Amino acid sequence: MTGAASSASRIAADVRGGRRSAVEITREALARCDRHAELGALLYVARDTALAAASRLDARRAAGEPLGTLAGVPVVVKDALCTIDAPTTCASRILTRDGTPATGWRPPYDAEAVARLRAADAIVLGKANLDEFAMGSSTEHGAFGATHNPADPTRTAGGSSGGSAAAVASGLAPLALGSDTGGSIRQPASFTGVVGIKPTYGRVSRRGLVAFASSLDCVGPLAATVEDAALLLAVVAGHDPLDSTSLDARAGDYVAACGREVAGLRVGVPREYLETGLEPEVEASFREGLAQLGRAGCEIVDVSLPSTRLAVATYYVIAAAEASSNLARLDGVRFGLRVEPPAGGIAALHAATRSRGFGAEVKRRILLGTWVLSAGYYDAYYLRAQRARTLIREDFVRAFASVDAIAAPVSPVPAFRLGERLDDPLSMYLADALTLPPSLAGLPALSVPSRPTRPTGDRPALPVGLQLVAPPLEEERLLALAAAVERAATP
Amino acid sequence: MSARWETVVGLEVHAQLLTRTKLFCGCPTSAGAPPNVQVCAVCLGLPGALPAANREAIVLGVRAALALGLTVHEESVFARKSYFYPDLPKGYQISQFERPLATGGQLDLETSAGPRRVTLQRLHLEEDAGKSVHGHGGDSLVDLNRAGVPLAEIVSAPDLRSGEEAATYLRALRDVLVFQGVNDGNLESGSFRCDANVSVRRQGSDTLGTRVELKNLNSFRFVQRAIEAEARRQVALLEAGAAVDAETRSYDPEADRTASLRGKEEAHDYRYFPDPDLPPLRVDEALLEAARAGLGESPAALRARWTEGLGVPAAAARTLASHPRIAEFFQRALALGADARRAAAWIPTEVLRGAEIDGLAATFRVTPEQVTELLALVEEGVLSGKQAKDLQLEVEGTDASPRAIAEGRGLRVVADEAALAALCDELIAGAERQVAAYRKGQRGVLGWFVGQAMQRTRGAADPRLVTRLLTERLDKPAS
Repeated sequence: MTGAASSASRIAADVRGGRRSAVEITREALARCDRHAELGALLYVARDTALAAASRLDARRAAGEPLGTLAGVPVVVKDALCTIDAPTTCASRILTRDGTPATGWRPPYDAEAVARLRAADAIVLGKANLDEFAMGSSTEHGAFGATHNPADPTRTAGGSSGGSAAAVASGLAPLALGSDTGGSIRQPASFTGVVGIKPTYGRVSRRGLVAFASSLDCVGPLAATVEDAALLLAVVAGHDPLDSTSLDARAGDYVAACGREVAGLRVGVPREYLETGLEPEVEASFREGLAQLGRAGCEIVDVSLPSTRLAVATYYVIAAAEASSNLARLDGVRFGLRVEPPAGGIAALHAATRSRGFGAEVKRRILLGTWVLSAGYYDAYYLRAQRARTLIREDFVRAFASVDAIAAPVSPVPAFRLGERLDDPLSMYLADALTLPPSLAGLPALSVPSRPTRPTGDRPALPVGLQLVAPPLEEERLLALAAAVERAATP
Repeated sequence: MSARWETVVGLEVHAQLLTRTKLFCGCPTSAGAPPNVQVCAVCLGLPGALPAANREAIVLGVRAALALGLTVHEESVFARKSYFYPDLPKGYQISQFERPLATGGQLDLETSAGPRRVTLQRLHLEEDAGKSVHGHGGDSLVDLNRAGVPLAEIVSAPDLRSGEEAATYLRALRDVLVFQGVNDGNLESGSFRCDANVSVRRQGSDTLGTRVELKNLNSFRFVQRAIEAEARRQVALLEAGAAVDAETRSYDPEADRTASLRGKEEAHDYRYFPDPDLPPLRVDEALLEAARAGLGESPAALRARWTEGLGVPAAAARTLASHPRIAEFFQRALALGADARRAAAWIPTEVLRGAEIDGLAATFRVTPEQVTELLALVEEGVLSGKQAKDLQLEVEGTDASPRAIAEGRGLRVVADEAALAALCDELIAGAERQVAAYRKGQRGVLGWFVGQAMQRTRGAADPRLVTRLLTERLDKPAS
């Protein structure tokens, strides 16, 4: 896109070296936000706080203080992450006082990932659009409008981190934070042609991420390049003792990993993923990505993940169950929207607030989740889904006994048209089939751009991502492989 | 109640664990703060907040479980219990369900029907809800200071057979918890709460009747009376050919009867499932060690040791073992060399009279050191019991030594046998009437003589010596 930001590492180096001021960089980024407002990538532009933070940063540099690794780098934050100085809405009316983002809930804290961003001297530029409470795959299920795909504004940017992906793809900011529960970073990254990483579950603190499905939610980076994504991951990764599901493991040297040799790595291609009805152009792009890995010296082998067919049903039971519980706190009592019906006491207040405050997709999942946890159904749905989840996890354990990583498409189709699937939630759910298994297994996975689709009469060339999956905590291996794909794809 | 019916009771006790901070956040647990001051993102249930379990609470829970003979599980699971209520900020309570912290213990009771062993089914950890205050105009107010305070829920089997037994069980359970320092045993403030599951059945039947849950019983007496009232209600229903509904009821002490809170059809489906924010709770060796380190002897063990080993009467042992600070006082006196039986007789009356007991804390007006000295002075014959009581009043609230005071006043035993013998001769010579009475068999008159001798010596005479000298003289045939 025009006027794109330069890379994050370059900006940080320039700011640290005094070649550019943080204020100047922030002004440019804010101007790009204004210019591309019609994309609907951002729900809130943090104009004043971003400029104030930038000028503090410049003052510190002038005083000779050392600056962090993301000095002056504008970063867009998915609006499911709490920010102390900007409204946090999850694209939901229920987290606003009157239904507009400006009256959004003001958290009294930063999400841990956001706090680490600020500690690294990044500038929080704004809050990115998403599907309401991250439930969706198209960023059109939010209360405040859809995000358009920069590659073709009639199409979705994917979801639920579609705003984060579109912000990076359109150059509003070189970096964005998203969250991935079942593909919500990887699929929009694929649809918009950027790099998106879902780290190992527990790699990045979930504290301050408004929970959708706690056992699946992961915070992760989106960036224009693999190295920038690695840079951001290095900042946000690491143990958080106040998130009990955070892994007590040191973050790796992710930037260095991007230059690591990949020759000799065995990359498995799960045959079940190729049987899911991939669009031919997507399959062609995928084959080309594999060929690039082959040319980089990787050995491409066939693997089997036989429980793959269970993933969609398993995911939609577990995620909906957890969501129904996580969203129970949105009850109109302590914060956000409160709808007081003329009569009927507290239950009526709960019902009126939640009926008005939640959108259709969120209600669908709350109902589904409440159902599967209900007395008499728990064993048949939730417990069975947990068993299926174990099978899916074991599939990967077996596969990783013989391969170092797994390569797969991200989505069977490229970016679809806005509105195309709104009335067909099931087809939307099924389109997640390729990103769900790594989520259910808690594995690190990413999407790196491979060859776009060829333009046809009624559609332009559309970005396509290649998905790479590694064993737990092997983000460095993933980054090395992704960088190899990126190098091969860059002429 | 008709002899043809048997009451069956199981109790669920919620005991607040005496931690400084809440179960899943760092907010203080102390009572008495203004509303909604001891709260944070976690216990307010704000979006994005995550729980982190408080190790101190787990240690106390494990200690309670060990003290009650429960098996502590290496791995237990926190689960979400879902229902909507304004004082439940997250819309669910973090509790334990399928896999509790501990299972399978017992508590031995002395009941009027003899000893009874009550099975404890489980002990699990959970967070408390907040407090709703209704009727502020048309509004209800919510105070979330209590939200997230750690509780141990202790569930008994339906092994109790009357309201009285239930009250006895609760007292015994409270003693154990208070003794181990895990709970302050305060029913009024709600830090020790009880729900009772009550059913009735025909004598001799071994199937359980439909049970009714009685909620919010906030004194031992009310527990007993509520159960008795509920059992009467159920028997009346059954004898009239009606059925008991499974429901939740409350007790109205004024009317001495129970009233329906919510029926079966309004029963919650709590939709329990493992809390994905909290990994399984692992009780490792270090944690067990920490729990054992603070584990004192149980009140029952102390009572047994004192009655069987030291000859302390059972009633005194019960009093001494009723509170950890009282037991400590007694044990300290023993360690200082006090005679066990004298101390066991003295402390429950003379020490507890002026003591202030508030939850786990106790303030005594005298120290074990002072009591030990007083008892020694009595034993040595320097002080009579009465004098010792008077001297205790003098030293209360000070750190004065009773022995030093006694010596300063020149109090010592007059054990000069010749002088006392002369005194006795004098007394006998001057009391013909009393001597005659004694010799006619009115042995009680001896006490009068001893009293006279003590009076003449201002209490300084060794009463045992005086008694011997007087007896020798009085028992001699008249000359």
